[in-house]
Amino acid sequence: MSALSFTTELGRRRLKARRPGVGATRPGFAWAVPATVFFLLFAILPLVLVAVLSFTSWDGITSPHFNGLANWTKLFDDPVMTQSIWLTLVLTVLGVVTQTPISILLGVWAAGHQRNRAVLSAIFFVPLLLSATAVSVLWRALLDPNFGLPGQLPWLFGNGNLLGSQAGSIAVLTFVGMWQFTPLHALLYQGGARAVPQVLYQAAAIDGAGTVRQFFHITLPQLRNTMITSVILMVVGGLTTFDTVLILTQGGPGTDTTVSAYYMYEQGFKNFDFGAGSAIALVLVVVATLISLAVVRISGYDKMRSTAEGI
Amino acid sequence: MRQRPNAQRPNYLAGLGSLVWLALVGLPLYVLLISTLRTTSNYSTQGPLSFPSQLTLSNYLSAFDNGFGQDFLNTLIVTVSVVGIVLLVVPPLAYAIVRAKGRTISVVFRVFLLGLAVPAQAVIVPMFYVISKAGLYDHLIGVILPTAAFSMPVCTLVLTGAMRDITPDLYEAMAIDGASPWRVFRQLVLPLSKGGLSSIVVFSALQAWNGFLFPLILTQSDSTKVITLGLYNFQTEHGVDVPGLLSAVVLSMLPIFVVYLFARRALVQGLMGVGGK
Repeated sequence: MSALSFTTELGRRRLKARRPGVGATRPGFAWAVPATVFFLLFAILPLVLVAVLSFTSWDGITSPHFNGLANWTKLFDDPVMTQSIWLTLVLTVLGVVTQTPISILLGVWAAGHQRNRAVLSAIFFVPLLLSATAVSVLWRALLDPNFGLPGQLPWLFGNGNLLGSQAGSIAVLTFVGMWQFTPLHALLYQGGARAVPQVLYQAAAIDGAGTVRQFFHITLPQLRNTMITSVILMVVGGLTTFDTVLILTQGGPGTDTTVSAYYMYEQGFKNFDFGAGSAIALVLVVVATLISLAVVRISGYDKMRSTAEGI
Repeated sequence: MRQRPNAQRPNYLAGLGSLVWLALVGLPLYVLLISTLRTTSNYSTQGPLSFPSQLTLSNYLSAFDNGFGQDFLNTLIVTVSVVGIVLLVVPPLAYAIVRAKGRTISVVFRVFLLGLAVPAQAVIVPMFYVISKAGLYDHLIGVILPTAAFSMPVCTLVLTGAMRDITPDLYEAMAIDGASPWRVFRQLVLPLSKGGLSSIVVFSALQAWNGFLFPLILTQSDSTKVITLGLYNFQTEHGVDVPGLLSAVVLSMLPIFVVYLFARRALVQGLMGVGGK
């Protein structure tokens, strides 16, 4: 969905790249069939079903039966749902705002040629290797008010019970998200920074521009496309935050961190109201698609030929 | 490359940031490692930061008593199968997208691009429905199929990108030789897209090894439990045994860490390839 317009662009480019006279050795459509069937069955079919199921009542055991708009009217009257959308948006924005500057700095630094860079960046990227589950489990242990770090570093953690308040829980979720995902985005920026033509820096150096000016006037503008890719990944990731919430806060205290994806899981797999869960899921899909589309539009990503093959 | 003009002027801002980041990453990793080597009572009395007076490996041994071996095996089966499926169906698909003619193939490509925007979280309810209806609930195959399907869009994109870099001249040369599509695929396309292939192996393997959501909703028995689910269950059941829990965390990342140590370049380039250059 988000990619439709730039797909067309891709298609056009492919047509241009074709040359006449070599048709005999081209593969037929049959080559694409196994993957396509597989994907339709296990990704597209569930996506279609999510819309169907949102108009049904289903407990997960008996067969679903249609109940019209019941899930939807219930959903729009549900304060927890409205709150969950706000929370999801807040966490997403906080994620983008905290992760972007740090990953740009780290990525640009890692693309350079400093001494010790190889050793340090080997350590920096270790969080990439941990699953979201492992990261959440680790931080939950570290932040335990009695046996974790707060007990040993009271000057840093105050009363220590960070997960006891809404603000504290949101801060923790944002921080853990940053800890977990910054390395990946730094890696993208590292790749982007390496691809910046050296000529630009040489020209800037001749003109007398220092490192800081080079960073703001060459590196940052040149990283624009990487930034768009990275922000889209962060937005989609942020909107679907689930593992960290399930393990760190369970949506609490109360419903203070019940984000949409977690609320969907709770409605479906804990309250066995799969119809309501599907309705929330559909909202998630629509919001994620709209935001991705908006980012693509605003940034003009769909009109950029040189990076059409980017993400 | 080494004589870049800005190489002589270090970027102090980024350097400072990198030191802060080193502390943020290093400290938790230190606590993670050191905690697994101390007893539970030592952890509660001395706290997580101090170096333990006595080191022990008992936490790792008890992780295996808690069924870690079975979880490990299940995760390995899921990972190998997912990578296998991806390697079997994605390269032909990417080849067809890059080289086949016709409207259908571009529609197919668009469907896969559309898949990029669909988060797995959004389909867990219908996935539960589909997998239960197919009689695959609580079977590893029920986890393998959706995991493979959801790593396909990214893999397709990465691999088509790699295959587009092959110059048309090479195809033409093989066409003059009268090569069949299969021969072109085997002798030209596959050897020249090795980078893309290793990227999709890295990506799909990481997705499968670290996957949590599909196992969470599609399995329930100990016999089909994967590592991530084991960690989650361990925490909900014996959350107080932090050294035991963290040992399981270390064990869960061990295989990836070994790959990271010996093939860091391939892993990092694989992930970079996924993000686009």
